[in-house]
Amino acid sequence: MKPVRLTGRAAIGLTRMIGRVTIFAGRGLARVGAHPSELARQMLHIGWLSLPVVGLTALFTGAALALQIHSGGERFQAGDVVPAIVAIGMARELGPVLGGLMVAARVASAIAAELGTMRVTEQIDALVTLSTDPIGWLVSPRLWAGVLCVPVLVGVGDIIGIMGGWIIGVQALGFNSTTYLANSWAYLESWDVVSGLIKGAFFGLIVALAGCWFGMRAGGGAAGVGRATTNAVVAASVGILAANFALTGLFF
Amino acid sequence: MLSVRGLSKTFGPKRVLDGVDLDLATGESLVVIGGSGTGKSVLLRCILGLETPDAGEILWRDRPLAEGRAEFMDEFGMLFQNAALFDSLPVWRNVAFRLLRQMPKARARDIAVEKLARVGLGPEVADLYPAELSGGMRKRAGLARAIAADPRVIFFDEPTTGLDPIRAATINELIRGIVDETGATAITITHDMSSVRAIADRVALLDRGRLRWQGTVAQMDTAQDDYLRDFIAGRARPMARGPALDLAPDPTLGRE
Ligand SMILES: Nc1ncnc2c1ncn2[C@@H]1O[C@H](COP(=O)(O)OP(=O)(O)OP(=O)(O)O)[C@@H](O)[C@H]1O
Ligand SMILES: [Mg+2]
Repeated sequence: MKPVRLTGRAAIGLTRMIGRVTIFAGRGLARVGAHPSELARQMLHIGWLSLPVVGLTALFTGAALALQIHSGGERFQAGDVVPAIVAIGMARELGPVLGGLMVAARVASAIAAELGTMRVTEQIDALVTLSTDPIGWLVSPRLWAGVLCVPVLVGVGDIIGIMGGWIIGVQALGFNSTTYLANSWAYLESWDVVSGLIKGAFFGLIVALAGCWFGMRAGGGAAGVGRATTNAVVAASVGILAANFALTGLFF
Repeated sequence: MLSVRGLSKTFGPKRVLDGVDLDLATGESLVVIGGSGTGKSVLLRCILGLETPDAGEILWRDRPLAEGRAEFMDEFGMLFQNAALFDSLPVWRNVAFRLLRQMPKARARDIAVEKLARVGLGPEVADLYPAELSGGMRKRAGLARAIAADPRVIFFDEPTTGLDPIRAATINELIRGIVDETGATAITITHDMSSVRAIADRVALLDRGRLRWQGTVAQMDTAQDDYLRDFIAGRARPMARGPALDLAPDPTLGRE
């Protein structure tokens, strides 16, 4: 009896948790446009300032991918597929996933630490006493900034990743520059790119949501803020990988 | 105007508030005193709904406060014990936080600078960030934020703690002045007996989760309650008078 009961309890707990997080996300997203200036500020932090790290990640990934595909493809005389595979691989999978994970590391932690500190120093209570809904003022701009910015980051990452592959292809693998680029586009379908951008929107939501959820619930001083930050990054990363699997299954 | 009925709050095994009853008339200035850790801050937080009480109700204008919380907050200002300034915003935006939604930026800033001046902070402070202020300056900036939009109800949690005696006296006068000028209703928490005398229309002593004594300042000086008299005079008392729960003697002591 006992294992059954424990499993049941865990399942109920998990369902309840998912329900709470969903309601939280829904409330945050519903307050769209309540504070445009805050949204702009968050887009700067979440989008613009993440460009370097996402760009570098994409550059190195595209370059490494080109080397791998080349050496793997050579085994059955198919080294020529490098441009197409790099483009498809970046757009469909690596751009969104690695971009999302880098944003998770950078942004989920920052959001959780900031909101957590605000929670434990009573700044969130102070918002309430100033007739300001913390969800509208703090959570909503961050969620929307994640949803709006991460697809753009993914798009930029796709391009930089393909460029990384192109540099290696031309400099090290003996491809002709023009043919490489032509072959990159030739086999790439628009859905490859669009599906990656849609993934990016979900990943952006997951990242911001994890940061906000754990930050808003932080308690217990500096140690509590530290725990919230760790939990946010772990939840965002695992959430991205799980959502990636689900969305890939759904899309293709 | 504001009534608290049978308010109780426990944290785990710890009973912090145990049936607090309190009535506040419009324009009245109540000062709550009591030992450190007796639940004064928790009392304010429960009234505001920042903490969920276990029992009891809060009435505002004869209606449950929970029903009209938004309207209550629109006319409300609070100084938190640790100031709770928004550290992502410069001081003037903290002070003008509510005003910025009601008026153009330039006017909100002017009012913020004027309120900062009232708490003894110069215009050069306006563009600093809270992290660049001293503890006492933060407290005063928090006070400026609390009074910025001319609230009808104000809570001050230890407004003079961490201030030098002259500043403290100025702040006491300021609070009394605001209550007199604007007819605002105020609850002030303090440990400072000179604040009590300067600010209070009525004094309430919180002890072991209840209001042990209430009365005017004049009544306070002639009260017979021995704990209150020691409190006013600042006399040491045997520590054994805390709640039994906290200070139950260790049964292993003195056995050997
Ligand atoms: N979030 C919380 N979780 C657990 N216990 C709490 C919490 N908040 C307050 N307490 C407990 O409630 C009691 C009253 O706290 P409160 O902050 O109201 O004290 P206080 O009367 O304001 O003291 P001081 O004068 O030192 O500010 C304390 O013993 C504290 O340990
Ligand atoms: Mg306190």
